[in-house]
Amino acid sequence: MSDLTWLVPLPVMLPLTGAGLALALWRHASAQRVITLVVLSLSLVASVGLLFAQSGSGPLIVDVGGWSAPVGINLVADRLSSLMLAISALVVLCVLVYSLAQGVADGDEETPVAIYHPSYLVLAAGIAIAFLSGDLFNLYVGFEVLLAASYVLITLTGTAERIRSGTIYIVVALLSSVIFLFAIGLAYSATGTVNMAQLAQRLPEIDPGISLALQLLLLLAFGIKAAIFPLSAWLPDSYPTAPAPVTAVFAGLLTKVGVYAIIRIQTLLFPGGRADDLLMWAALATMLVGILGAVAQNDIKRLLSFTLVSHIGFMIFGISLSSEAGMAAAIFYVVHHITVQTTLFLVAGLIERRGGTTSLDHLGGLAKIAPLLAVLFFVPAMNLAGIPPFSGFLGKVGLLEAGVAAGTPMTYALVAGGVVTSLLTLYALVKAWNKAFWQTAPAPVEPVHLPRGMVGSAAVLVVFGIGLTVVAGPLYAYTERAAHDLDDRDGYITAVLPDGGRGSGISDRVAREAAEAREAADEAVDEAEAVTP
Amino acid sequence: MSPDVSPDMSPNLVLVVVIAVLVTTGVYLLLERSLSRVLIGIILLGNGINLSFLVAGGAAGGAPIVGTTPEGEMSDPLPQAMVLTAIVITLGMTAFLLALAYRSWQLHRHDEVQDDVEDRRIARIAARDEPIFEDADADMAKLDLERDAAEARDEIGLSGAATTPSEGPR
Repeated sequence: MSDLTWLVPLPVMLPLTGAGLALALWRHASAQRVITLVVLSLSLVASVGLLFAQSGSGPLIVDVGGWSAPVGINLVADRLSSLMLAISALVVLCVLVYSLAQGVADGDEETPVAIYHPSYLVLAAGIAIAFLSGDLFNLYVGFEVLLAASYVLITLTGTAERIRSGTIYIVVALLSSVIFLFAIGLAYSATGTVNMAQLAQRLPEIDPGISLALQLLLLLAFGIKAAIFPLSAWLPDSYPTAPAPVTAVFAGLLTKVGVYAIIRIQTLLFPGGRADDLLMWAALATMLVGILGAVAQNDIKRLLSFTLVSHIGFMIFGISLSSEAGMAAAIFYVVHHITVQTTLFLVAGLIERRGGTTSLDHLGGLAKIAPLLAVLFFVPAMNLAGIPPFSGFLGKVGLLEAGVAAGTPMTYALVAGGVVTSLLTLYALVKAWNKAFWQTAPAPVEPVHLPRGMVGSAAVLVVFGIGLTVVAGPLYAYTERAAHDLDDRDGYITAVLPDGGRGSGISDRVAREAAEAREAADEAVDEAEAVTP
Repeated sequence: MSPDVSPDMSPNLVLVVVIAVLVTTGVYLLLERSLSRVLIGIILLGNGINLSFLVAGGAAGGAPIVGTTPEGEMSDPLPQAMVLTAIVITLGMTAFLLALAYRSWQLHRHDEVQDDVEDRRIARIAARDEPIFEDADADMAKLDLERDAAEARDEIGLSGAATTPSEGPR
């Protein structure tokens, strides 16, 4: 199966190429739409292909530029990163269809095509780089690529409100990038490498204090991006003001890239769980503070932003257990949450369109005039709250079981906190649903036509969210294998650095070609010698 | 700097002092309200961190090109490559933040970063201890309940102070 390695760079290369093309064709809106749609569909196909390809053969590794690790930069597609790639490609495509339909219905005002499509593609490429990177500095570059695109998307059209919230978002993101960069510099001076596999070999050998400082710096940087409690205040402030599709894709994916990075460093670079207690406290605080914030809101988008923060706590809970069961549940929860949170924000966009606002004070009676919308909101809301048989329930049960299995007082506290958070999520969402769909409408709502593409793409994600329950068995088995791979670091290290953990520094293909060239040259010499006498 | 004590590992003191100054000033400016100052803070902070990569690269040496410099005297090229990338990224972000500050000035004639309005509103409501929702269906019913409760208590003959309607069921 190793001949499928050519799939690995595609989720990065396709969107980047598409972004360049879309930018070049900025005058031709329809050409841009076609390019974006085709490119993102292809990258979904490539990501799903990757999911199956590496599942059979172990991690697939691409040496960029023909230099293999530890000399060159490499892209690594293992179980975790392929799963994240596949799910993010699906979400990105659905949100694109939604925004295309919105653009067709509204014209260019909300999402100006010339800027929106290239930035959206760059965002997709940045997310893919971050998931595939096998090198700490390349991970930084991936983060910057996706953040740069997100800066453009969050301040789209430059209204006063978006400039205000965008400023906060950008300054906080820049600060976290600076911290990340500082950590990379320190890691390089401590170990002399930024390759993650080589870091994994060398970090245990350096002074434990320095290693802990590095770990905390990286956790701080990724904690800001993932919106973990004391570092989460920027999120509910900045996300709700962006256009609905942008908020949806940010909510679904950007924080999860941070969570992914935390999983990676906690398992590969710093195993042993020295920061676990800290993460447990952070997880508990994130869950509770986030959901209490959600209960206080009366705007659907802000409410959903707070539930987003709150449920990041569940994933950190799984990570902080440092057990295979906890990690498997956390990965499953990430997949579930990406889908559900994106769906909810897309449906919130539909509600805003139909009811004219997302403020629960001014909404009402939508169940009568838009029954389909009521169902579309209700299903993912119940899914997020963790009502059986939805995937949210399965993910939470997995987390709670892993917490009970760990059996310390702190994990019991986390289990209790998780249950309370679920109940409060249910309360907040049911309250929002009642307000928006059941209470008497404060003012009569004008009939608005909801474009089929918008409803359709939201419906596809709702169905996919339900589908996660149907395939929960195989999916959970897959996340368990992924967690096992993460726990078994040697598999990753030897895959990246063959030759007894040293790595050849030159990729197989280049070595083979060099050998062939040498043979050819030898033959030529032999022939020449044979001819001369 | 002293070559007798582990020559590769001792950092350049000048660089360290410059980094400390840049980062301190950067953090101070980052805490300001005005976006232009925040921007300058980010630039200083970013450059301080970039300099730290030069320290990470170890002692300075000759150009790392085979043939021009003996192998032992080369400086480490990798951190410099990383710093170049970081500088380019910082430059791009700086340009974007500048545009943002200009747009903010265009809209408001100042570039101060404002508070979250919705956050303030909810905090105000909480401070006044008011219900967050104006419930179209339930408002009247609730008022009646409060009045009923007050009257019911009066009938029993409790003192008036305990039955002020403002202490309704919350």
